[in-house]
Amino acid sequence: MTEFLQHVVNGVSLGTIYALIALGYTMVYGVLKLINFAHGDVYMAAAFAGFYIATALGVRDHPTIGKALAVLVGSMAAAGALGWAIERFAYRPLRNRPRLATLITAIGISFLLEYGFQLPSLQAQGRTFEEVLRGWGWAVPGWLHSLVGVLPSTFPPGPTPRFFPEPFTRIDWTVLGGVHVSNYDVVSFLVAVGFMLLLQWIVYRTRFGTAMRAVSFDPRVAGLMGIPVNRVISATFVLGSVLAAVAALLVAGSRPRIDPIMGLMPGLKAFVAAVFGGIGNVPGAMLGGIVLGLAEEMVAGYTVSSFRDGIAFAMLILVLIVRPEGLLGRPTVEKV
Amino acid sequence: MRAARAVALLAASLAVVACQSKKPEAEAPAKAAAAPAPASDKVLVGHVGSMTGSEATFGQSTDNGIKLAIEQWNAKGGIKGKNITLRTYDSQGKPEEAAVAATRLIVNDKVNLLLGEVASSRSLAMAPVADGNATPMITPSSTNPRVTKDKDKVRPFVFRVCFIDPFQGTVMAKFARNDLKVDRVAILRDVGNDYSMGLADYFLAKFKELGGTIVDDQSYKAGDQDFKAQLTAIKNKNPQAIYVPGYYTDVALIARQARELGMKQPLLGGDGWDSSKLFEIGGKAIEGSFFSNHYSPDDPSPRIQEFVTAYKARFGGVPDGLAAQGYDAAMVGFDAMNRAADGSGTAIRDAIAATKGYPGVTGIITIDANHDAVKPAVVLEVKDGKSSYVTTVAP
Repeated sequence: MTEFLQHVVNGVSLGTIYALIALGYTMVYGVLKLINFAHGDVYMAAAFAGFYIATALGVRDHPTIGKALAVLVGSMAAAGALGWAIERFAYRPLRNRPRLATLITAIGISFLLEYGFQLPSLQAQGRTFEEVLRGWGWAVPGWLHSLVGVLPSTFPPGPTPRFFPEPFTRIDWTVLGGVHVSNYDVVSFLVAVGFMLLLQWIVYRTRFGTAMRAVSFDPRVAGLMGIPVNRVISATFVLGSVLAAVAALLVAGSRPRIDPIMGLMPGLKAFVAAVFGGIGNVPGAMLGGIVLGLAEEMVAGYTVSSFRDGIAFAMLILVLIVRPEGLLGRPTVEKV
Repeated sequence: MRAARAVALLAASLAVVACQSKKPEAEAPAKAAAAPAPASDKVLVGHVGSMTGSEATFGQSTDNGIKLAIEQWNAKGGIKGKNITLRTYDSQGKPEEAAVAATRLIVNDKVNLLLGEVASSRSLAMAPVADGNATPMITPSSTNPRVTKDKDKVRPFVFRVCFIDPFQGTVMAKFARNDLKVDRVAILRDVGNDYSMGLADYFLAKFKELGGTIVDDQSYKAGDQDFKAQLTAIKNKNPQAIYVPGYYTDVALIARQARELGMKQPLLGGDGWDSSKLFEIGGKAIEGSFFSNHYSPDDPSPRIQEFVTAYKARFGGVPDGLAAQGYDAAMVGFDAMNRAADGSGTAIRDAIAATKGYPGVTGIITIDANHDAVKPAVVLEVKDGKSSYVTTVAP
């Protein structure tokens, strides 16, 4: 029994991460009907943003709550900016093209981030970021000067994994006669549920949410009704990316290895979780994430651990055969 | 997905190499930029190592060891009066990159001797390239038997200066059974890694033969973030020790997560643990664990202390086992080239194969009929954030 409960704790802890990433997928899909395959890599970039900020603040030696919050906010801002930029420069120009073009662009952006982050760092190349910009023929305006100077010289990080400093002290509790739960697990779960409720509130209770749903229903008509479609879509991307940053920091805090392809598997699994829960549906993404985390954990714990991903995904296929719209998704009627 | 991307990456890398525009990623650019001199007055040695990636310290340490060997030979006047030059390419810890780098070194740069890789999966990708182009290759520390042996046939041009997995796995099994006196051991292996699978299999066989019980055999994939599912299952079987023959980044995370689950058993491992990063990341979690290795820098014998002093003076820091292996691989190669009838690949190959009783830092090296070195192994314990010598196990 203790073992089972421990598996449940581990599975939920893993599942909340998938859930947070899945929320980003589901929101973007809900509004744009686009699978943003670069989402897992935004998650990776956010982890590195957090790492650089934490290094600059010296979190490793003197962790404080203030610094942890600074890392969180900074990383969320960086991820939000990246999400905005990806939408603005990669997806928006293609919005009225066939959907396949955007999908392939998404995969391209994903590769760009994964392999771009694996390039040798500027320090290793013996250059600063400003020199690189000048080399491309871009003058750096004065006000940007200090901003560019902030970029760490160890960027891009290269393929060597980094170790994320613990943002706050880890406390392990033993409950129910042998089940180990840490404050990280509890914080992750509360944060994930909190963000899901917040998102649900935004989508159904605010003007912005109403606009979002209108754009999701029909962007052209929404535009005719005076809804700023571009701004709504940008904000959706920013929101999704910020959630990915939260997930990244929750992961990096307790499982401290970060590397440029860390977003690949969690990204894929979160996508599956989103589909499983009913893509476009906020509580569905949360539920899908947790179920997937638990399924993986139980498979690895009770059967052969190398079948972990295989059996977990096979289960999802079975569920989707029975309920193609996902657990909480609404069945759609194909218009002819 | 990963495999599909690997293929795409390989294709892209090959295309780039074909255009001859890719710059060396490692420390070689300065040397590589100089126009290659005619082969007659220079000996060119190629090294493929994981200078970056999850096993970055492996490549860096090995490269340092090789550099030290080259500097010492050059100070003595080089090989038959010719200076030795090193060219290092980064494998980034990926087998496909290792194969590309080996091809570049052999086909474009026309190296006389190829050194590398540390990881067996990467050496396995390089070995057919060396064999196909009749260029002798010495791997410093790849312990999987298949590196020098393709099914039943010994690869004619591939050698190693380290022991092999059957021995290393056996060493740890003997140590666990006879010295630690444990009966119940669980295994946690890296399924995608030839090295880890080999060690686990040989450990398992020997440990059972010695009367022990393997209570659980779990697996993970390199790069996984979460090992708690496997560890929880292992915990429930209540073993006295856990054998984790993986590489140091994964092992350090496994150790941390095991302690978080309240598991206090010592972990056991192989030479893949040998990195200062293990102690840095693992911290307190890895203390009191044991691993088998090629040598111990604490060994008082003069040959080893001389090397340790020279290495410290040149690079700062104590040489790990991989630095010592890199040094020995280069030394054995140079010694053979010095004895070889001429500079052709076949002549050097024959000279390496004839190596007998070479006094290396990691032991007396004799290359046997399978192109392996027969050497003792040491067992080290992690204590106070570094490894300390426990015992030596003879073959």
